[in-house]
Amino acid sequence: MIDLVFQLLQMTLVIALAPGLTGLTRKVKARWTRRRGPPLLQPYFDLARLVRKEAIVAHSATSYFRFAPYLIFASTWVAAALVPTFATGLLFSWSADLIAIVALLGFARFALTLAGMDVGTSFGGLGSSREAMFATLAEPAMMAIVFCLALLAGSTQLSTIAEVMTAHHVGLRVTLAMALVALVMVALAENGRVPIDNPATHLELTMVHEAMILEYSGRHLALIELAAMLKLLLYVSLIACVFVPWGVAIGDASVSARLIGAGAYAGKLAVAAVALGTFETSIAKMRVFRVPDFLGAALMLGLLGALLLFVSRSLR
Amino acid sequence: MIALVGLLLVDLGLLTLAGIAAVVARRRDAHTIVYGAALALSALGLAISSAHFLGREAPASLVLPIGLPWLGAHFRLDALSAFFIALGHLGAAAASLYAIGYGRHETHPARVAPFYPAFLAGLALVPLADDAYTFLVTWEFMSLASWALVMAHHRRAENAQAGFVYLVMAAFGALALLLAFGLLAGASGGYAFDAMRAHPPKAVVAGFALALALIGAGSKAGLAPLHVWLPLAHPAAPSHVSALMSGVMTKVAIYGFMRFAFDLLGPPDWRWSLAVMPLGAATALIGVLSANMEIDLKRLLAYSTVENIGLIFIALGLALAFEADDLSRAAALALTAAMLHAFNHMLFKSLLFFAAGAVLTATGARDLNRLGGLFDRMRWTSLSALIGCAAIAGLPPLNGFVSEWLMLQAVLLGPAFPQWTLKLMTLGMGAAVALVAALAAAAFARAFGIAFLGRPRSPEAARAGEVDAPMRYAMAGLAGACLLAGIFPGVLIDALKPLAQATVGAAMPLQSKIGWTSIAPIAELRSSYNGLLVFVFFVTAGVMASFVIHRFASAALRRAPAWDCGFPNSDPATQYTAQSFAQPIRRVYGGFAFAARETVDMPRPGDPRAARLTIHMHDRVWRGLYAPIGAAVEGIATRLNPLQFLTIRQYLSVVFGALIALLVLLAARS
Repeated sequence: MIDLVFQLLQMTLVIALAPGLTGLTRKVKARWTRRRGPPLLQPYFDLARLVRKEAIVAHSATSYFRFAPYLIFASTWVAAALVPTFATGLLFSWSADLIAIVALLGFARFALTLAGMDVGTSFGGLGSSREAMFATLAEPAMMAIVFCLALLAGSTQLSTIAEVMTAHHVGLRVTLAMALVALVMVALAENGRVPIDNPATHLELTMVHEAMILEYSGRHLALIELAAMLKLLLYVSLIACVFVPWGVAIGDASVSARLIGAGAYAGKLAVAAVALGTFETSIAKMRVFRVPDFLGAALMLGLLGALLLFVSRSLR
Repeated sequence: MIALVGLLLVDLGLLTLAGIAAVVARRRDAHTIVYGAALALSALGLAISSAHFLGREAPASLVLPIGLPWLGAHFRLDALSAFFIALGHLGAAAASLYAIGYGRHETHPARVAPFYPAFLAGLALVPLADDAYTFLVTWEFMSLASWALVMAHHRRAENAQAGFVYLVMAAFGALALLLAFGLLAGASGGYAFDAMRAHPPKAVVAGFALALALIGAGSKAGLAPLHVWLPLAHPAAPSHVSALMSGVMTKVAIYGFMRFAFDLLGPPDWRWSLAVMPLGAATALIGVLSANMEIDLKRLLAYSTVENIGLIFIALGLALAFEADDLSRAAALALTAAMLHAFNHMLFKSLLFFAAGAVLTATGARDLNRLGGLFDRMRWTSLSALIGCAAIAGLPPLNGFVSEWLMLQAVLLGPAFPQWTLKLMTLGMGAAVALVAALAAAAFARAFGIAFLGRPRSPEAARAGEVDAPMRYAMAGLAGACLLAGIFPGVLIDALKPLAQATVGAAMPLQSKIGWTSIAPIAELRSSYNGLLVFVFFVTAGVMASFVIHRFASAALRRAPAWDCGFPNSDPATQYTAQSFAQPIRRVYGGFAFAARETVDMPRPGDPRAARLTIHMHDRVWRGLYAPIGAAVEGIATRLNPLQFLTIRQYLSVVFGALIALLVLLAARS
């Protein structure tokens, strides 16, 4: 019973924290550019406002357009709820491993690219086609990272990986560093963050994610925005649970251990938001057709990491 | 034994039906009679073969006194053949149901109806054959029946060309298989499979036979670089036949390869997979990249078949390597992944060809750029196609994801190989599978988005309406099957146990023991996936969000013109087209794969000419391999042409010379 409670807690926790993470990132970016910035809770207010507004749907939109935000939100939420945040080994953590979580995000992307094409405007198609191209490189890179982790931990199950990583015998490894860099690169691309795409842009030709959701409004837009925030939270949780698993309550931990885990998790989120905001203000966005090079580098880093692991295993 | 006789009787019934169809084909209700009967017979065949397969009955064999007098016709039903026969009959039953509706729109019923049951019989007979002669005869029968169906609309020039290329490739493939059997039969000439099993060939001979089997069966399955006929021939046939050719006939070809690699050639060598896996990866990449460039809906689906065949061959190569290295549990995992993917591909590829046929019926168009906005006009078709597209793109909670997930799990066992080449190669294969899956998702987002969403790109698309009931049921049934197979993968994995046991001598752990309908290929701590829970979470999350928002926030909705950053254009031509959607992927991969170039012709200011963007692309395989061969054959034929115009005296001297040369050769040998 208590297991179920913790699982439900995790599901609500990710939804409750996701807008906060985005808000903190925005705040940090604003401070770095000498602006005061919107209040921390602004994303919550935005979502509440959007949800209450009437939704405006283009005449040329099919019924898929109204259906898609629920698909996108549901698959992203399920994926985000399955990544360990404050504790591993929650009740349903075995229902999807890392590959399945990545594939669930792939489902959300598939639904979103289709939604972008639905109204039949040129911007939607532009965003969708670019997103599809990014994904063709980001997914193999992600899989290469999964290889590194699975070779190290002997598992693709996130709970198991986190448990192995907290154990001392893993130590510092070149492979881990490479996988971390690759994962950060993939995460930046997947979330449409600065060197790849600008979440704050409204310059038409530079948009990818924003172009796909250009026609959305009201509750539909709120759901898609929340899904994007959840996705950012998911990647931060993923990086935290694999590379900095300290504080995470392992297995059948006590309630107090889980409370410590929750505190540690909140701290990790804050650090990630500050790091992301700092990084985004200090780098320029790249041209669309430079992105394949960027993601190709992530793929190569992942493969190289796995290769190094092979070599070091055989030399021992 | 009863099952084998029953299956042979079903095939006999199908052949009889072909004869009846030739007589009644011109009647107005011919399609109902022929396809209804084909549906009944396929359902019967499915019941018999799946009962045999699931009941794990012992192999049965039978020798009929037909065919070669000293050989007879050997038939055998074992786990491998029963699986492929069940798969074939399931696909055939769905196609027949669909054709009850689709056949009504056929312009030349007499060119389709008689060959259809014959093709079904061919598909179901090949896996039963148990000697080289029967195998080759049924194989060629299957090829010829499908060739006749490809040529059903032979007055279209492209179909005639497709038929020609298909015939040449089928003949070439059959020749390779003939030589492979010749190698296996050896000097003693034992053409029954039992005789071949009793005397497995030496390593070198086995290697050659494997190469020939790869060429022979691979050309039928669509293995690169022998795949070129497939995207021409599969779409040329009527849509229900396209579905069968892509969904079932390629699987029969895979059966042919497996019969060689896992049965007749004896214990596998790990070096075999050094050929099989890279070929599979190349096939998958060529197929999926071509699918991303293609603008004809049915050809796009055919290219995606090439891709999926590649994936299956990767998994089969893994299974061969694992088996050769005595890692039999891993071999069972890879083999189960391959077979599950074969089954899944039959489901969703048939479904998508049915949907393409429905779109063709409703709009008369196969060109993506003439479609669009069909989602609300063809609800059933669109929803079924959406499920099919998501399944083929390998997205959870559908079935395509499960088989690709199992493949990746098998790849992750790669470090267990003792050979370095294999270790490194499996790593590459894993990246290739992920790349192919992501590219497939892009291809099907493009196909569905352009064909079904957006604004209608032609008046026909704007007028389209939903199709007949049998077509809708067939599509909805397959879409439901895709969903069920994705939610309860454990049931299918357990059902595949006898096949893995019979083929690689081990099976995956029993999945039904794990509980909660989870699947775990090796151990739960290592990796597990639960389709049912993911599906339930998914539905709950969506419904909950919808309920909360509509109940407590706002349910108001207003229709308005599109926003489009303030500059909406009412012309549907301003939408993204199939080519423009492919542009980013073409820029990234096209130069390497298709030698793609873009030239922009921009008139100088004041010049009233329209600006033009031209894309130059060509198939490197076609231009690098087939065009030179074609040119060489043409050149030799032109050189030899004068031989047709000799006098009788010259002919006689040529014959005399040949005789002398032969006698000299014989004398030299003895």
